[in-house]
Amino acid sequence: MKPYKKASLILEDGTVFGGYAFGASRPASGETVFSTAMVGYTETLTDPSFQGQILCVTYPLIGNYGVPLMERDADGTFRGFESESIHVRGLIIGDLSVDFSHWSAAMSLDEWLRREGIPGIWGVDTRALTQKLRDCGSMLGQIVMEGDEPVKELDDPNTRNLIAEVSCKEPIRYREGAGKKVVVIDCGIKHNIIRCLIATGVEVIRVPWDYDFNADPTMNDWDGLFISNGPGNPDYCGATIEHIRESMAFGRPIFGICMGNQLLAKAAGAKTYKLKYGHRGHNQPVQMVGTERCFITSQNHGFAVDDSTIGSEWEPWFKNLNDGTNEGVHHKSKPFFSVQFHPEASSGPLDTQFLFSKFVSML
Amino acid sequence: MDTTIKKVLVLGSGALKIGQAGEFDYSGSQALKALREEGIETVLINPNIATVQTSEGIADKVYFLPVTPFFVEKVILRERPDGILLSFGGQTALNCGVELYRGGILEKYGVRVLGTPVQSIIDTEDREAFVERMEEIGIKIIRSSAVNSVEEAASAARELGYPVILRAAYALGGLGSGFCDNEQQLVELAEKSFSYSPQVLVEKSLKGWKEIEFEVVRDRFDNCIAVCNMENFDPLGIHTGESIVVAPCQTLDNHDINLLRELAIKIVRHIGIVGECNVQYAYDPGSDDYRVIELNARLSRSSALASKATGYPLAFVAAKLGLGYGLHELKNSVTKTTPAFFEPAIDYIVCKIPRWDLGKFHGVSRKIGSSMKSVGEVMSIGRSFEEALQKGLRMIGQGAHGFVGNKELQVADVDEALREPTDKRIFVLAKALQKGYTIDQIYELTKIDRWFLYKLQNMVNTYDELQKYSKVEDVPYELLHIAKCQGFSDHQLARAFYKDLPDVEEAQDAVRAYRKKLGIVPYVKQIDTLAAEFPAQTNYLYLTYNGCKHDIEFYNDGKSVIVLGSGAYRIGSSVEFDWCSVNALQTIRNSGWRGVMINYNPETVSTDYDICDRLYFDELSFERVMDIYELENPHGVIVSVGGQIPNNLALRLHEHKVKLLGTSAESIDKAEDRNKFSSIVDALGIDQPKWKELTSLADIHGFVDEVGYPVLVRPSYVLSGAAMNVCYSDDDLERFLAMAAEVSQKHPVVVSEFMQRCKEIEFDAVADGGNILAYAISEHIEFAGVHSGDATIVYPAQKIYVKTMRDIKSVARKIAAALNITGPFNIQFLAKENFVKVIECNLRASRSFPFVSKVSKINLIELATRAMMGEHPAPVSKDVFDFDYVGIKASQFSFTRLLQADPVLGVDMASTGEVGCLGDTFDDALLKSIVSVGYTVPQKAILISSGDAQQKASMLDACHLLSEKGYKIYATGGTQRYLEENGIEATRAVWPSEFEQDPSLAEKFDTALDLLENKKVDLVINIPKNYTRVELTNGYRIRRAAVDFNIPLITNARLATAFARAFCSMGMDDLSIRTAAEFYQKR
Repeated sequence: MKPYKKASLILEDGTVFGGYAFGASRPASGETVFSTAMVGYTETLTDPSFQGQILCVTYPLIGNYGVPLMERDADGTFRGFESESIHVRGLIIGDLSVDFSHWSAAMSLDEWLRREGIPGIWGVDTRALTQKLRDCGSMLGQIVMEGDEPVKELDDPNTRNLIAEVSCKEPIRYREGAGKKVVVIDCGIKHNIIRCLIATGVEVIRVPWDYDFNADPTMNDWDGLFISNGPGNPDYCGATIEHIRESMAFGRPIFGICMGNQLLAKAAGAKTYKLKYGHRGHNQPVQMVGTERCFITSQNHGFAVDDSTIGSEWEPWFKNLNDGTNEGVHHKSKPFFSVQFHPEASSGPLDTQFLFSKFVSML
Repeated sequence: MDTTIKKVLVLGSGALKIGQAGEFDYSGSQALKALREEGIETVLINPNIATVQTSEGIADKVYFLPVTPFFVEKVILRERPDGILLSFGGQTALNCGVELYRGGILEKYGVRVLGTPVQSIIDTEDREAFVERMEEIGIKIIRSSAVNSVEEAASAARELGYPVILRAAYALGGLGSGFCDNEQQLVELAEKSFSYSPQVLVEKSLKGWKEIEFEVVRDRFDNCIAVCNMENFDPLGIHTGESIVVAPCQTLDNHDINLLRELAIKIVRHIGIVGECNVQYAYDPGSDDYRVIELNARLSRSSALASKATGYPLAFVAAKLGLGYGLHELKNSVTKTTPAFFEPAIDYIVCKIPRWDLGKFHGVSRKIGSSMKSVGEVMSIGRSFEEALQKGLRMIGQGAHGFVGNKELQVADVDEALREPTDKRIFVLAKALQKGYTIDQIYELTKIDRWFLYKLQNMVNTYDELQKYSKVEDVPYELLHIAKCQGFSDHQLARAFYKDLPDVEEAQDAVRAYRKKLGIVPYVKQIDTLAAEFPAQTNYLYLTYNGCKHDIEFYNDGKSVIVLGSGAYRIGSSVEFDWCSVNALQTIRNSGWRGVMINYNPETVSTDYDICDRLYFDELSFERVMDIYELENPHGVIVSVGGQIPNNLALRLHEHKVKLLGTSAESIDKAEDRNKFSSIVDALGIDQPKWKELTSLADIHGFVDEVGYPVLVRPSYVLSGAAMNVCYSDDDLERFLAMAAEVSQKHPVVVSEFMQRCKEIEFDAVADGGNILAYAISEHIEFAGVHSGDATIVYPAQKIYVKTMRDIKSVARKIAAALNITGPFNIQFLAKENFVKVIECNLRASRSFPFVSKVSKINLIELATRAMMGEHPAPVSKDVFDFDYVGIKASQFSFTRLLQADPVLGVDMASTGEVGCLGDTFDDALLKSIVSVGYTVPQKAILISSGDAQQKASMLDACHLLSEKGYKIYATGGTQRYLEENGIEATRAVWPSEFEQDPSLAEKFDTALDLLENKKVDLVINIPKNYTRVELTNGYRIRRAAVDFNIPLITNARLATAFARAFCSMGMDDLSIRTAAEFYQKR
């Protein structure tokens, strides 16, 4: 039987969405966002870009295929997951599958959330909630268990440096000596990005978001620089932007994804701004500027690059076909490029995975 | 876009049949709309006259001709189109296109194939070529061997290891395909498969694997999207047309989905699809291993379902891509601002459930498997699987109230029923769960993914909880709410609580009132293709209890009109009612009202959100119609254009103060209720066959003594003669009554005098306030006794007396006035010599409305709708029905699909579709229509066995003609003697039973079965002696063999005679090739 303890999501404007509690029986607050992805909850919940957020999933049937065992592979990444732990603060869904079915599953979604201390609410009209967030923009909110009092002060993750919270603390090396060296700035990197890079045969050196890798003699001979995805507002990453600027002087290839796109663009002089409710889902269409080539991409971001503000040596590379926002920039003559979407997918479509080989082939 | 294309020929799919149904009317209509928008002249070939696509204003020119290379070439020669679309008319159009290409016809006339190139089509249709193409890019396919003989098949199977599956190449929907567990089964099936196809594939069976489908679109710039993925509830081994299907996939994780999506795109790119296609996979439930099953390089049943499931108009977009557009250059037709290059995100679950009608056929196996038998399907939408499934099970319209809470199903051996599924599959699962089978036990027997089984268990658990209460007021709010969220209907709840209450309707009203008081009501949600990410002004709607807010606002201005659609296609109700619904909506909208549609059949045009102002893709149940009525607060509801489902709701809706437009509910009831109708008819002094209500066997025998056998036995409230039968003897009668009594307790069974050798005449008309505005009189070629849905119908009637005509009109006028009819109606008459008798009267549009409307070019539905809207349209002048051409409607049967079914016609309807062709003469129209339903004109020899003496006599003229034309005539014993006695040379063919008694006969004569097996005859005329459904072993075996060996079979003497006369009097080249409009000029 399903758990039938009541719980509610209360938004900052006082709107209440009722449902039943699952996962950890405790309150939570954060920025409420929605995702239209229909599969991939294990990947999504562990994606560090969701740090500090309460996630509403628009697809109503969740938990169907359970959750696999969290096990490190030979390289230390978690297959089927995007980091070591859940990063969302809370999960809001329509219908919960308590009973799951998949050969790889080890436990139910309910049990996983309980183990990880994350509360969830099922039985919510997630479509109505999504419409609310779409119309009013992403809002702060809190999950309140029946019988508990709502808190007065809601946690606003956008007022602090989330990247510092999720980035690794020390450099980590993967496949040392495997081949060309790629320094990866970890702004909250998804494990699948590491896996995609490793798969191309390079050595990956993952460094903290503010690490001065050009000053570290063990890695300043890098062949390529990669800037990862990450949560929140790029304005907190002044140090990272500085390091990217310095690195551009070498003229070696630089590739960024998501937050990496925003940071590279900022390093190139562009401004970023907060989108009303962001792009979160697996069906975001992008077009390569100046071509007829289009791709379906996985996305998860709340900020975007204003490409009209970018330096004259740069130009837009991809654009979003739905709303025309920037989806990537590249340098007109040097091997510097980045995309706002997630070519590593996980979760989502694999249409743009070729970008990893493109990057590595330039090293 | 390519601007050199000015004129395009579109091939339709012809008559509806099992495996190829209404979905192609939808896809063809969408394609034509897409072309028209570009200012391209469109020419359509489709003999299916009841379709929306053959209506005025959809294509520029319509040819009601068979979709065969012969006729298509004639049209090409006449029209000289620049391009042709092959992928919108199912396998029929695709096969025809491939033949035209191979014959060099397209090249000869410079006709370009738009969209996917023919070579790519061939690569996907020819199994061996397909295997090769897949291996080129390392795609795993089911290992198989192409074989050309039964021996080769057996040796291939030995190599692969049993079980194996046989597949006939180039056959739609798995015809001639099936599983074999051993060599004996293989030999039997292989013999049959080779009669459909020169090449058969033997494959290793992957029984128990999941079956997954992807709908992929590609443009000429190589941009690809996977619009929808779907998962079969049943594992591989059950044809996707026979399985419940859900969208999106439920049991696959991100890795699974994106692996298969990526592979699908890789395949589509390699094959070079431009447009839409469907990729089917077998997927290992224990790993990420897969096999590609097949690829359909055309619009399909799945693509229609995907379009309706997601709101993404696949056919429309595919047609545009064929013209050279890129996906990014087209708009999402729901948002109108974002591009068509995107993948819909859906925030609900869709459930497709097949509808079978196997009960209509004698002898057919109820088992479901790798070949398709279902005749229609429904799509249900919910925000939980339970909600969608229970809605869907009600929608299929076979008496289920949901997954549980139904009439007890009798299952002799549950294990076996689980292992060997039948059309009752889902209810056997309910039974097993209720009997305490564990999920694991059921999984082992069925291999249905446990996720589905858990969900089924949820409903059983909820029902058990509900049953603990005996009145709704005692039920906790939570339980009641959860039950509604799981899709329980008020009716189901009423049955759970009020176990002994005789009046379920009253109990249902109590449940409804109470839950409304608690605020447990459904909410209206939009299907917007993007899960509410952007605002979308979509009118495509469904209702769910899993919600707290309506997506739309209600106008409450009384300016909308609700039209109730026709539900699942089934025998007796199909595309014709879709045409009626669409035309009613168009008329309503043209008159300045808002048209609101309620229907749930994904194969229809009426469920295309472009057709109406609001589409509620939801149940046509009393409960749901009331929900929508209360929200919409419309001007009124039209119940007379969607066939029997809305008709049956009329009285109950009226009792709940719903305003019905047109004829009153009381009048509808008077026409439906045999007693009431009979007394009206008697009072009006109108003749009808004698009949009596059944109360006891003794009474019946008394009645039969009075009128004599044969008698017709049937219950009230029938459509397509469900459980209706002719009885010729006491034995027949008693046996049938035992069955009929089960059909309906509420409406008693009646027995009536069965008139033999009578003409049957259809009177389709429109009245306003009891005055007839327009009418059409058509006649059946067959004598009464063949169901009107199976009969071959001629309009205008060619061979009835002026007096009969006058009597019919006079009777109809009296009935129209007595029932104060406003709207469409149909009366069926019997006529013999100088009398006419009324058999039946329906105060709704009938199956023949589109046919007579299109033959006469008088849209009876438009007229009827205007009358119902109170516009008081002027009567149509009689003169317009006087024209110099003939329309003939012929029926399509799907016996080839229904293994072991006796392909004989009777009072119970058996056809799955129909065509209607126009001709300069009766023969011209008849030949075209008969060829359209798959017959060919015989070239050499005919096998005849012609029933009783009277039937033998009636066939005599035709046999003379055939003999004179040089046809070799084979005939069985009695018929052969009769023909010889009458001076017609005929060669004896040995009956199966004669051969079995005396095998030496085969030395002197051909046996009938040999003639068929070796294709020595190319037409079989086999007239059964009467209309009982008793298996006449000899006749049955010949008929069945004809069907199994794909040799045209006619079982009616009148039709056989008409057909023989027609093909003896004119050749195929003499047939007129004219558009509908050109015929209309001859009025």
